[in-house]
This record gives sequence, structure tokens and C-alpha cells, in this order.
Amino acid sequence: MDFLRQYKNALFLIAVLLAQAIALAVQVRRPLDAAQPDGPSVRLIRMWAMTTVTPLERVTHAIGHGARYGWSEYIDLRHVRQQNKELQQQLARVRIEEAAIAEDAQQGRRLQAMLGFREHYVGSTVAAEVIGASGSEQSYVLTIDKGSRDGLRPDMAVITQDGVVGKLRDVFPTTSQVLELNDQSSGAGVVLASTRIRAILRGTLTGRVQIGNLTADSRIKPGEPVLTSGGDQVYPRGLPVGVVESIAPDPEHQPYTAIRVKPAVDLDRVEEVLVITGTQAELTPAAQQDLADAAAQHAADLSAERLPGIHDDETPGAANGTAAATPPAANAPAVIPHPLPTLHPDRFTSGSTPPASAMTPGAASSAPSSQGAPSSQQPPPPQAQPQPEATK
Amino acid sequence: MVTRSYMSRREVEQQSFSLAVAIFVPLGAVLLQVLLPREFHGLAILDLPFIVTLFFAISRRSPIAGTVTGAYIGLLQDVLTGQPIGVNGMAKSMIGYAGASLGSRIDVENTKTRALLAFGFSLLQSVLLYLIERRLLGIRAFHLMWLHELLRAAANTAVALPVFLLLDRAKHQE
Repeated sequence: MDFLRQYKNALFLIAVLLAQAIALAVQVRRPLDAAQPDGPSVRLIRMWAMTTVTPLERVTHAIGHGARYGWSEYIDLRHVRQQNKELQQQLARVRIEEAAIAEDAQQGRRLQAMLGFREHYVGSTVAAEVIGASGSEQSYVLTIDKGSRDGLRPDMAVITQDGVVGKLRDVFPTTSQVLELNDQSSGAGVVLASTRIRAILRGTLTGRVQIGNLTADSRIKPGEPVLTSGGDQVYPRGLPVGVVESIAPDPEHQPYTAIRVKPAVDLDRVEEVLVITGTQAELTPAAQQDLADAAAQHAADLSAERLPGIHDDETPGAANGTAAATPPAANAPAVIPHPLPTLHPDRFTSGSTPPASAMTPGAASSAPSSQGAPSSQQPPPPQAQPQPEATK
Repeated sequence: MVTRSYMSRREVEQQSFSLAVAIFVPLGAVLLQVLLPREFHGLAILDLPFIVTLFFAISRRSPIAGTVTGAYIGLLQDVLTGQPIGVNGMAKSMIGYAGASLGSRIDVENTKTRALLAFGFSLLQSVLLYLIERRLLGIRAFHLMWLHELLRAAANTAVALPVFLLLDRAKHQE
């Protein structure tokens, strides 16, 4: 008894440490179900703690969000019109690019159909707000304000408009924990965009993201985009993950290289996220409509570029040869972006021809016949080109 | 003849806190630790639960109370992260025990002593976490970055001193 009394403090510490060590040993056993990283009891403890903490997190988040919203939406509105104009121009450019890419995508889908490969598009998402974080440098976990009542389940991918954030770890009724890409226990199957090399992306202890299972390859360069490969059955294929930041030999895992990746999403500043709750083999109706609109727009722009335009002296664009043509597509939107400038202008380029009054009848370099062009829209004869002899 | 023993000195100087302070100050520290780095990412280097654990340990001067406080705060911290529950619990239990044991032997009201304690125990906690992660959990990738840990200890010390002064007001002298 004297022994116990004399060393009661130390014995108490040993008992507490032993209990926690046993608890740790139980937890670090390989989970039987990948969707349930914790055992039922640990999950219950986490749920109680989250239930306690979440209301306070929601309150502080609401206060912070209200202050930021009031400032950004009502007070700090400088340059908004200019930004809006720039964004509209950017949107017009993107729509043209999208249509060009859509043609390649259609071809790719046809090839995939021939090979029996089924693409999975993002079918449904749930928007959520980030209300908390782990607050530790050893663990990069976010708390979002949606849970199993909103249809979320563990291992669902979490993204923003910029790219991948991570995946759901623990899902509680009204909240969920998101394991970020840069957490040391996180991983994702990726593919390097240009070289098409497949790899595994992992988080590091220092909160960085790197690929560590590739040997040295001179084709991999900094700046190369990294996309999800879809092979991990968590992240749909083709989502942006980041870009290669640096490549260096990994001293601890020779002969592999440590390819550091700069995440596409600023993982320290995530405010709102989308949780991918379902994928599907076909594009959503809205996406298909967007694609059709963009394709029609692209066709209209191509027509405006290739066909001779109706010159309207009253429009300022007519003077420099950028007059817009009437779009042939019936369902094309009313606002048509100006056609892109011609990369290699030639004598057929709109605006490069002189008026008919300046032409000499019966000249050797007469205009080519107006094949296929309606008489009412027949362009004026092109500018006389220098004779071959004259150029010699 | 008056007997001056370790127990008598400890009992004379032992300080206690109200139940509300004992429960809500650690809870508040853990909450702030979760919320602040989200707004100011650089503050993730701080460990407010560690500071509170150390304060209660050296103030109460009871190793058992220090162990319990450390375990309570550490486990709460673990629950809110994705880490296995017990990593911070074990580390802070030992910090609480060691802090209370040392607090009963030296003058912990002195500012310089407090600064030294905060700095030293912050480094000790880093070493304990390293041992737990690397040896117990077998995470081979876990490394101790000394410069970063020294910075963390300095930051914890800088914050600990005003926090200790603030929490001194909550003491009940017995």
C-alpha cells in the first residue's frame, strides 16, 4: 500500500497512457470497410464532439461571413462594371473555345463507345460551405455544413470551380469532414496531362502535395497540368488537380523522384465547395444545351469568318472589315461575339479588297469567278495582285 | 519541530479554479485552435490547447489533475482532427504531469520562469508527438523539423505569457 501511495501519481499517468495506447492500437488497425475509416465507437465519439462544436463553428462562421458579405457586396464595389464587361468578353471567348473542344470531345466519345469504355461525368453535386478546420499542422481536415441528411457519404469527391479539394472522410447527420489533398493520409490517382503518365498523388507531413512513385523522366517538366485519372474510384476522370511545381530526386526513396505539385485550389482559403454525389455516363441536359448553344455559336462565328460579309457603311466595324454576318443557326443567341482576327490574311480576306470603281476592266489579274456566292452578296473583285513577273 | 515537506508546500500553494473555468477555458482554447487558423492560416503554428494545459498544470501543482486536464484537452483536440484519437491525448497527458511536478518545485509566478517553461515544454511536446507518430503509429514519413519546432516554441511562448496573466485572474487561492 505504501508503494501505491508513494507512486500514485506516476501510476496514474501510466494507467492513462496505457489506456490511450490501447485505444490507438485499436484505431490504427486496417479498417475492414474503406468507407468507414473509424470504428463504430470512435465514430460515435467524433460525432458527439462535432455535435458539440459545430453550433459554435456555425455562429462564428455566420458572423465572419456576414461581415465579409456586407463589405464585399455593399461597400467595396469599385470596378465592378469594368470587371463585368471583361468577364462578358471572356465568356464569349470561352464559348468559342468550348465549341472547338466539343468537336474533339464528340470524336473522343465515339472512340470510347467503340472501345466499350464508359466515361463518367459529374451528374449531381451538393454545394456546401466550409465552417471549420482541424487547426493543426499535422492534420488537414475541413468541416462543411452538409451531412448524410443531404445525401453525402464517405469517399465522395469534393471540388471547387478550380479543381479538386479532397474527399469526404467522416459524414455526420448535418456536417462532414473533408480530408484535403495535402493531408498526409490523403491520396489520389492522377495523370500528367501532356505525357499521359499515371501516378499516385499524396499529401505530405508539411502540408504539400507530391507524386512519389515515378522514376526520373525527362519528359516531365514544371508547369505540366495534373488531372485526376479516375482510377481510384473516388475522383471522376479529368478534374484539375494542379500543376507540376518542381522535380527532384527523392533521397529517401531512391530511385524515385519527388514531384511537387502546386494544387489548383488554394487549400488554405477554401470557402465553398461542391460535393460530387453522383456521376453519369451522359452529360446533364443543361450541359448538353450549353454545348449545343456553344456549337451553334461556333458555327455562326465560322460562317462570319469564311463567308463574305454584308458591308454596312453605317456600322463602325464595316470600315475595318469586321462586320458581323447573320448567323445561320436558328437557335443561336442574340449576342454574337466578333469573329476572331484572321491569322493569315490573303486576298480573299474580308476588307482587303478595293471598291469596284478602283478596278481596271479587263485587267490580267481579274477577280476569280464568284463560285457559289449568291449574286446579291457577291463581293467586289479582289485587289489586283502583283504579276508574277513583277515579283521576279 | 515543524516538518517542511513537499506535500505541505504543495498544499499551501495549490490553486484551484471554478468548475466553469476548468471546463470552458480548455474547450474555448480547442475551439479557437480550430477557428483561428481558418481565418489566419499562419496561426496554425500556435498550440493554444498546449498553453492552457501547461497553465492548469503548473497552477494546480497536482500531477493527477495535470494528467487528467492534459488528457481531456488532448483527446478533444484529436477528436476534431482526422488523427487517431490519443495522439495529442498522450502527449498532453505527459505535459500535464511533468508541468505539475515541476510547478510544485519551482516558482512558476515569475515571468522568466514561465517563458522558459513554455518554451521547453513546447519542444518536449514536439518530441513526444514525434515519438508517438513515428514509433507507436509507425508513420515513417514523420520527421522532426527542428527549425520549425523552435519557431513554434517561440510563438507558443510569446502567446503563453499574456494568456497566463489573463488566466491568473481566474484563480481561487486556497
